[in-house]
Amino acid sequence: MDALKQELKSKIIEVLNLEDVTVADINDDDALFGDGLGLDSIDALELIVLMDKNYGIKLTDPKEGKTIFQSIATMAAYIDANRTK
Amino acid sequence: MKGCYINGMGMVSAQNLFETDFLETAVPYTTENVLFAQQPSYKELIPPAMIRRMAKGVKMGIYASTKALNEAGMENPGAIITGTGMGCVEDSEKFLKTILDNNEAFLTPTSFIQSTHNTVGAQIALGLQCKSYNFTYVNGAVSLETALMDAKMQIECDGVASVLVGGIDEIAAHTLSLYKLANIIKTEEDKPYSVINSDSKGIVFSEGASFFALEDSQKATTYAQIVDVALRNAMTSNQVTSFITNFLAANKLELSQIDAVVLGNNGDVDYDDYYEAAAALFSETPQWYYKHLSGEYNTASGFGLWMAAHCIKKQQVPSVVKKNSLERELYQKVLIYNQCRGKDHSLILLQKC
Amino acid sequence: MGKKVAITGMGIISSIGKTVEENFAALTEGKTGISTLENLETIHKDAIKVGEIKLTHAELEQLLGLSSDNNYTRTALLGAYAAKQAVEAAGIQSINEFRTGLISSTSVGGMDMTERYFYEYFQNEKVRKYITAHDAGDSSHKIAEYLGLEGFVSTISTACSSAANAIMMGARMIEAGKLDRVIVGGTDALAKFTINGFKTLMILSDTYNTPFDNHRKGLNLGEAAAFLVLESDEVVARQNKKILAYVSGFGNANDAFHQTASSENGDGAFLAMKKALQRAHLHPSDIDYVNAHGTATPNNDLSEGRALLRVFGDTMPEFSSTKAFTGHTLAAAAAIEAVYSVLALQHNVIFPNLNFTTPMEEIHLIPQTTLKNKSIHHVLSNSFGFGGNCSTVIFSKN
Repeated sequence: MDALKQELKSKIIEVLNLEDVTVADINDDDALFGDGLGLDSIDALELIVLMDKNYGIKLTDPKEGKTIFQSIATMAAYIDANRTK
Repeated sequence: MKGCYINGMGMVSAQNLFETDFLETAVPYTTENVLFAQQPSYKELIPPAMIRRMAKGVKMGIYASTKALNEAGMENPGAIITGTGMGCVEDSEKFLKTILDNNEAFLTPTSFIQSTHNTVGAQIALGLQCKSYNFTYVNGAVSLETALMDAKMQIECDGVASVLVGGIDEIAAHTLSLYKLANIIKTEEDKPYSVINSDSKGIVFSEGASFFALEDSQKATTYAQIVDVALRNAMTSNQVTSFITNFLAANKLELSQIDAVVLGNNGDVDYDDYYEAAAALFSETPQWYYKHLSGEYNTASGFGLWMAAHCIKKQQVPSVVKKNSLERELYQKVLIYNQCRGKDHSLILLQKC
Repeated sequence: MGKKVAITGMGIISSIGKTVEENFAALTEGKTGISTLENLETIHKDAIKVGEIKLTHAELEQLLGLSSDNNYTRTALLGAYAAKQAVEAAGIQSINEFRTGLISSTSVGGMDMTERYFYEYFQNEKVRKYITAHDAGDSSHKIAEYLGLEGFVSTISTACSSAANAIMMGARMIEAGKLDRVIVGGTDALAKFTINGFKTLMILSDTYNTPFDNHRKGLNLGEAAAFLVLESDEVVARQNKKILAYVSGFGNANDAFHQTASSENGDGAFLAMKKALQRAHLHPSDIDYVNAHGTATPNNDLSEGRALLRVFGDTMPEFSSTKAFTGHTLAAAAAIEAVYSVLALQHNVIFPNLNFTTPMEEIHLIPQTTLKNKSIHHVLSNSFGFGGNCSTVIFSKN
């Protein structure tokens, strides 16, 4: 699980082009959107593709993302339970 | 009727002029057929959360527009009008490549969103929280000129006090290779490249952003007044003379009253006759040129406008832009003529304030 | 200033017809143009519905009578076809007789060819003629060339509000006395590029789009071109022209909220409508029909709905989105909807908002769902695009 969380952090930094952020800067329970990492609705769509491409998870409704993408911890838990690859 | 004054300017071009006042360090290019714009440091200007999604064109546009706004002390323009020939081609290509290479799978929206032609104008508005009129013209070599014409109408007819106008074009890798394939760009064999007296086809391709803060009144920073702008989609080289003389007549001017003419010579031998016709008409007039400094792109005429406005304000002409040896005591009225590949002809008339 | 801007001709090609008459017939009969994609290869073919014009590239070339060495893209073909109709409808014999301009608009330009030959260009010399047909301005040059027009030619590209802005710029140039006559409108062809683009934003519906419905699932993309001929008082008087309607007001504002999404309360839309009403010297209560942007995306319809309520309050006139007929035709949308607005004025009829069943839960706003006859003097038409670009144009009988 910890490895997955680390992997997620570096993937997020990479796909969202977060130049000034490092893996160490993101805590597992930090809010990804709003006050935390400051991601927005476009980032949410990028994360949906990240889930599909890397873990074979297809989210069809952007609203589902809201609960899944709360933090690295919630994302990792969802991926762990639903991944197909 | 109010006048339309250039009160601030900003420029990103193939020349590194960020630390200089004007063209002090400008160098003509002769050995490269593709000139990439010199990039300033963007960090101080654009927050990291925004910059991470910006293609080069957007960054150049933000930089140049900020410079223009700051110089004029303009905080919230009454209109933002941009021109771009090719638009955000870097993001368009990126998105299209992903579509084709992954057979339409695993696509992400960012580059699609950024690929719309009005991205730069929209990003500037977003940054300034400016809810004013926001237009983008995309029509080859008159993209910037249409924006200027619209801006002049905003100020002179619609009572808008301030307008931010700019032209942006960026080079993207795939489009560049297609242009080479279509023989639009000069080849290695054509070296050394020259924009006047050239004997080769095609152009030296480049990119850049130029922004102008226009206002309805003069101030300490004023460079020049934009008196008139005219465009025409197509003509033969025989029609250049009447295009220019009709324009001057409409402005109640004789040829001799033009103190300098700025020509957009780009060294494409197939279309040089247009510039030759214009040069012949102004054989007794100082002639200036600039595309040996800026290269050619759809909004390169912004470099010409920037250069001419500087010369008018300073009443000094750097020798690097002099196309002939003629000079005048006073540069009161300057005419800019541009065309590309026989299409998109434009005239801009500037006046000293 | 204060010159009137008359509409003296219109031309259109859309998924519901290739003439003004065919479009009017479909609108009054409630016949949608939304179907399954045929002319384009994409993996999403069966997962989406589109407002496609059922004519191939070759058929369009033939309709225009172009020689085989032409390099018209689909956007240019559609544009030239609609613009020619408009010019003929306006009874123009000699296009350069007055100071005539063309202001077109497009979002994809020649993308249909670029996406087809992106890699093939390097192997196949024959298709290279399309390299220079990619940029937006090329389609306008083609249209001008097809009409034989020499003069002011430009192109606007502000995403989905583009054609409204072309109409606006054209009207302003006539008002300012810069042109006597101007052909304004827009053209956009369906492309893999835009289909996939809107797909990634997750705002494409997998079925027929349902504007302003609570259960709306997103938009259907469409393709179309439409143009209006605008003429000054002097030209109209000199040639004793029949006037179809007037462009009486317009406004553009920026939402300055988000790159793609509209603000919650539709600030940009509200400002655009306010500006247009002001320019037309009209009160909200003077508007008899609103042709809404109504793309059927969750975000647009709610935001536009809120803006409409802010402008009209208790005097909300009948409104409908015609996108359930045509799909969202991007840069051409405001042009085809301008034609529909003029038809509404001419025939005193309001076109239905198809596929609506359940009102949005957030606000009380119910579109006109059946064809309705009503005396119409002023129509307000909205068009909003990416980058917060919000435009409103008002068309009037007198």
